[in-house]
Amino acid sequence: MPSVTEIERRLRDLPADHVEVQDLTGGGDHFKAVVVSRAFEGKTRIQQHQLVYGVLGEAMKGAIHALSLRTFTPEQWETTTG
Amino acid sequence: MEEPAVSDNQETLDRIREVVTTHPVVLFMKGSPTFPQCGFSAQAVQVLEGYGIEFKAVDVLSDPLVRQGVKEYSNWPTVPQLYVGGEFVGGSDILVEMHQSGELAPLLQKAGVGQPEADR
Repeated sequence: MPSVTEIERRLRDLPADHVEVQDLTGGGDHFKAVVVSRAFEGKTRIQQHQLVYGVLGEAMKGAIHALSLRTFTPEQWETTTG
Repeated sequence: MEEPAVSDNQETLDRIREVVTTHPVVLFMKGSPTFPQCGFSAQAVQVLEGYGIEFKAVDVLSDPLVRQGVKEYSNWPTVPQLYVGGEFVGGSDILVEMHQSGELAPLLQKAGVGQPEADR
């Protein structure tokens, strides 16, 4: 199973303005990721998530199944975090 | 588990298309609504049941061809997968987000399942 650091590193390649990854169980079987990126602008949630799956790549197939994902454009993130 | 044969593929994709176009709301999941076999699937069921709507649940664990096929059909690597009005809406994360933002209710109503149902 990939580490939080590995996942974060790949997600930053989107490119992402902000990435937060947590291993919810500590066992590498349920990760939570928040990703903020300009690359998400103008895209549906499905397309945004597919972008993320794309940068995670083949090596991360296992992690994809264990990933809870929240995606935000920079504007949406501003609104969320105030 | 055996790999599905290539020749089975189109037939499976056709079967999936048939299910999603003949039922207004379809959830491809692991297990059943009463016995979900994964946390993400359980979450998706919980959201849908909160609306008290009728939906078609397909247990991908009982059909390896569909389990693989549904990922190709939607170009989406994971299960659960929700289809409303024949269109892929997303997985459990998207479902939860849309529920929280209030986007899911009108989508379900548009598909004609806005009415509460008695217990399945």
